[in-house]
Amino acid sequence: MATTTLTKAPRGYDPAAATPFLEQFDRVRDGLPGGGLSWLNDLRAQGRARFAELGLPTVKNESWRYTNLRALDKLAFQPAAGTGEAVRFDVLPTVRADGATGPRLVFVDGRFRAELSSTAGLPAGVELLNLADALTRKPDLVAEHLGRIAAPDDQTLVALNTAFLADGPVLHVPRGVTVEETIELVFVSVGSEAQPTAFHPRGLIVAEADSRAVIVEHHVGLGSCTTLSNGVTEVFVGAGASVHHYKVQREHTDSFHLSHTAAKVAGKGVYDNFILTIGAKLSRNEVNSVLDGEEGDTHVSGAYMVRGGQHVDTTTFIDHAKPCCTSREVYKGVIDDQARAVFQGKIIVRPNAQKTDGYQQNRALLLSDTAEIDAKPELEIYADDVKCSHGATVGELDDDQLFYLRARGIDKDTARGLLIGAFLSEALEEIAEESVRDAFQSYVANWQNAR
Amino acid sequence: MIEIKNLHATVDGKEILKGIDLTIGPGEVHAIMGPNGSGKSTLSYVLAGRDGYEVTEGSVSFFGKDLLEMEPEERAAAGLFLAFQYPVEIPGVANTTFLKSALNAIRKKRGEPELDAMQFLKLVREKTKALSMTDEMLKRAVNVGFSGGEKKRNETLQMAVLQPKFAILDETDSGLDIDALKIVAEGVNALRSPERSMLVITHYQRLLDYIVPDHVHVLAFGKIQRSGGKELALELEKNGYAEFGVNEAA
Amino acid sequence: MAATTETVEQVRAVTEQKYKYGFTTDIESDVAPKGLNEDIVRFISAKKEEPEWLLEWRLKAFRAWLEMEEPRHWAKLSYPPIDFQDAHYYAAPKMKDRPKSLDEVDPELLKTYEKLGIPLREQEILAGVEGAEGKSPAIAVDAVFDSVSVATTFKAKLEEMGIIFCAISEAVHKCPELVQKYLGSVVPYTDNFYATLNCAVFTDGSFVYIPKGVRCPMELSTYFRINQANTGQFERTLIIADEGSYVSYLEGCTAPQRDENQLHAAVVELVALDDAQIKYSTVQNWYPGNADGVGGIYNFVTKRGACRGRNSKISWTQVETGSAITWKYPSCILQGDNSVGEFYSVAITNNFQQADTGTKMIHIGKNTRSTIVSKGISAGRAQQTYRGLVKILPKAEGARNHTQCDSLLIGDQCGAHTVPYIENRNRTARVEHEATTAKISEDQLFYCRQRGLSEEDAVSLIVNGFCKEVLKELPMEFAVEAQKLVGISLEGSVG
Ligand SMILES: Nc1ncnc2c1ncn2[C@@H]1O[C@H](COP(=O)(O)OP(=O)(O)OP(=O)(O)O)[C@@H](O)[C@H]1O
Ligand SMILES: [Mg+2]
Repeated sequence: MATTTLTKAPRGYDPAAATPFLEQFDRVRDGLPGGGLSWLNDLRAQGRARFAELGLPTVKNESWRYTNLRALDKLAFQPAAGTGEAVRFDVLPTVRADGATGPRLVFVDGRFRAELSSTAGLPAGVELLNLADALTRKPDLVAEHLGRIAAPDDQTLVALNTAFLADGPVLHVPRGVTVEETIELVFVSVGSEAQPTAFHPRGLIVAEADSRAVIVEHHVGLGSCTTLSNGVTEVFVGAGASVHHYKVQREHTDSFHLSHTAAKVAGKGVYDNFILTIGAKLSRNEVNSVLDGEEGDTHVSGAYMVRGGQHVDTTTFIDHAKPCCTSREVYKGVIDDQARAVFQGKIIVRPNAQKTDGYQQNRALLLSDTAEIDAKPELEIYADDVKCSHGATVGELDDDQLFYLRARGIDKDTARGLLIGAFLSEALEEIAEESVRDAFQSYVANWQNAR
Repeated sequence: MIEIKNLHATVDGKEILKGIDLTIGPGEVHAIMGPNGSGKSTLSYVLAGRDGYEVTEGSVSFFGKDLLEMEPEERAAAGLFLAFQYPVEIPGVANTTFLKSALNAIRKKRGEPELDAMQFLKLVREKTKALSMTDEMLKRAVNVGFSGGEKKRNETLQMAVLQPKFAILDETDSGLDIDALKIVAEGVNALRSPERSMLVITHYQRLLDYIVPDHVHVLAFGKIQRSGGKELALELEKNGYAEFGVNEAA
Repeated sequence: MAATTETVEQVRAVTEQKYKYGFTTDIESDVAPKGLNEDIVRFISAKKEEPEWLLEWRLKAFRAWLEMEEPRHWAKLSYPPIDFQDAHYYAAPKMKDRPKSLDEVDPELLKTYEKLGIPLREQEILAGVEGAEGKSPAIAVDAVFDSVSVATTFKAKLEEMGIIFCAISEAVHKCPELVQKYLGSVVPYTDNFYATLNCAVFTDGSFVYIPKGVRCPMELSTYFRINQANTGQFERTLIIADEGSYVSYLEGCTAPQRDENQLHAAVVELVALDDAQIKYSTVQNWYPGNADGVGGIYNFVTKRGACRGRNSKISWTQVETGSAITWKYPSCILQGDNSVGEFYSVAITNNFQQADTGTKMIHIGKNTRSTIVSKGISAGRAQQTYRGLVKILPKAEGARNHTQCDSLLIGDQCGAHTVPYIENRNRTARVEHEATTAKISEDQLFYCRQRGLSEEDAVSLIVNGFCKEVLKELPMEFAVEAQKLVGISLEGSVG
């Protein structure tokens, strides 16, 4: 007779993996910013407790069945305090035209670098600053929003980030204000020769009703030290507001990049997210967008291109919590060598979220005999007056197209290159902002040229 | 047979019909003409009982009964037929299956014996031929992949099979080629009888050359603005709707 | 044409009553004591006079099962815990011996099958066939009542062609080499909680062997019926299509209306060798419970086919309208080069029914192809999930899959979910998945009603159209019945 024994750890987690992180936490706890704020201490403690309970997810965890974090276990990451301070930069990545400047925050190994940052060009009332400062200068704004949509309870890596949260970008756009300039957030991983280092950037974006902002995140690496970035960003999109949130990750291929973005969109609000992934040894981007008011709209799209032994995981969750919202999701990727890609996209339509329109498309091209793609698009629907669809195709380039080009005299390799470029460009079409699209297009071209 | 009195109707809270009065006697053919968006299709949907069309005032009596109280299928069984301006596609359901289900449902409601497969096929084949339609079209799913003109012919076929007492033809002529127009008109004329009445909605006087109406009405701004004989159609063809305060450019 | 007439009559009867199979049959049964332990496993094996190897295999399975956990965490189903000790694992209609002919079968039993509309009596069918102008193929039927096969028709005729179609308990004695070679070769005894349980306690089921190059001239069919209260039914079906052969197999199921839930955990294994083809169709209409969700069958079934040979083909067609809970993933292992797997499914859940169903297509051989068409309809407070896996292994050069999953929701209290898994490890493979969810359009409903159809008939018509792609895969005899079932299953879901 099978008896159900009550297991202590929830299925699909390895609590033992928490130990090294917890030891570090206890060492750095007192040095973390905002230590005098009791709500913050509580939040961190909550994160610590939850992470201690769960540890890291294992492949037995449905959400992690295709991405194995065991490598993190072996590396004993140290907190990145103080590293990278001395690094000088000649050029920082930007989507702006040559020589142009604009609002920008720079973080090196998770810590704010004021001398590289600027708030020039922002309209009056708009706040753009780092979290550590915000805790003293804008404690109410932070207290009101932090941990509200990316709660430590939900996910173990969010819990880990919450325990360690120290710094990251904070943006507040007041009601009715449009920020014309693109806001750039630059994250540089440097690390240390001595040991693998970890940092846990925490971002907060609050766009009040009827405001508008365009944000571009750059994640780059310097050198080749092993780093772990475990970022969490919370995005509040007010009624009628629109937030365009773009991200390109070009870290070097010894880094681990974990990121969780949680957005909550009020009525008639627009949240537009696009992620281009090129770098990192192992990366996972989780994007959660909750349509929390009627007639909201969210786009969650992206492109990835990986080679060598890279592993890229995209896990999205679109939550139609209220009626009459639309969502659109287009992901495309190319996978070369032994690289592996994972796409998990879930759309949920809650009871009463009538007149939902949800669309998801996911396409992947395998370029080598040893590449692998695992996809799991998912629909979970509890309302009847909805229109939802998803499509996924994986495989090789279209033979007919290839033949067509070759029949016009283009050699096979060039033809393949053209088609791959076209394939990825299509995904970039999802980016509404032209300057961003152009810059991302050039990253794609560089990747292709290196093939 | 049908008496419409002071009919007001709204769609999504917007008033479209603003007091229609229209009486159609047995055997009569009435034509309604009017600019785009004037409420012609709305009138036909209200008469057929489509959801979302709210009658706010007025009455409609059909053979002495209150039409507005009836469910759509009861209206159909009572003999009301609507040839849709935009016929609906129903994937996977064969035209014959659809027609047979409809015919037998109506017969059953009327207390008539249902037709078996053989009787039904015989009937349909006859009508199909008369409308120059192919058997192949009967086997295909209802309106799926039909061209615009084919859909209109299919509507006429359904009418021929169901033998209604009162038929509303909402722009059944649009999308038909010259030959098809003749064929469909012949099909309609074949149904004309002293007991059967029709309401023909059209933009083109050409159709009325074939289906000659007893009365022509102009519908604009949700009201019948003018009524007359068939010569009214010719006049409209020449002058347009300007005299009714309709801006041509709009 | 007895078979067809019977089907038509049955269908007519079905349309008049919601669940017309809800009667019980009052016959004496031979029932094992409640509970599950090694002794029960030995008891079953002894009852069947099984050879030693089979008993050993059952015991191995039983021990493995003890170590297993009920798979409650991943499927989207919720139900109270099942007490596996509170059921009879063996129930058989009492008979002196195995009946030598139909005349020895309990007349009560035959009446039951008559009520079910199963053309059991060989002579009737034969008479029908002779007068059938060769149009409609006859059906050979194996009837399984609670745990045992009570009668198999047409045996003699099939034997002439070398086809073996009999109860699996009989096959164990008749062709032990075949059974030993293939039993558990597709679904091993360690496969999953329910399949493993089945290995330990299965009581009967059908066995089919089609010899090389033989095209089975008639549909083979099994009717399953759970009658005895508190009985689990654990039947086991094994079909082997030898090189170049073809068989079409139909499975139908019913159960009486009872307030308590009954467990059904079947295993079906199919093996297709070079150039062989198996078409397996199911119309599952187990008692779904009443409108308040009381009672109904728990249907946990493992069905799997192995396309072992080159150019072999297995196609599953299922119409699932019954059961309180359905947990079922008929799968194909496409091992032989150029082999083909197909899965066509209609699942309808109404009231409080829950279904988590789909398929797995495992592409191993070169140029293997698979097609999945799933149509799910959810009404009332039902929850339905399509769960499917398409896996392309590195050697499956040129593999192709196309999946189409469509869901229809009727009413705002139900749910429809789609969870496909796609795993591709071959560059030259192409996998396409499409899924849509929608409701019946108001326009379609109004159009039908304008033509005189009641709302309920209109829904039934539109839903049948929605399922057409799948229903057309069913053999004629089943198609009519299935169409009616679609309408009946949705009764009370509109208006
Ligand atoms: N759901 C709706 N919500 C708001 N307005 C509507 C709706 N449906 C129809 N209308 C409006 O009602 C008016 C009448 O439409 P209707 O279809 O009856 O016009 P019509 O006379 O048949 O025009 P046509 O000659 O182009 O067929 C139009 O202005 C149309 O836009
Ligand atoms: Mg119109």
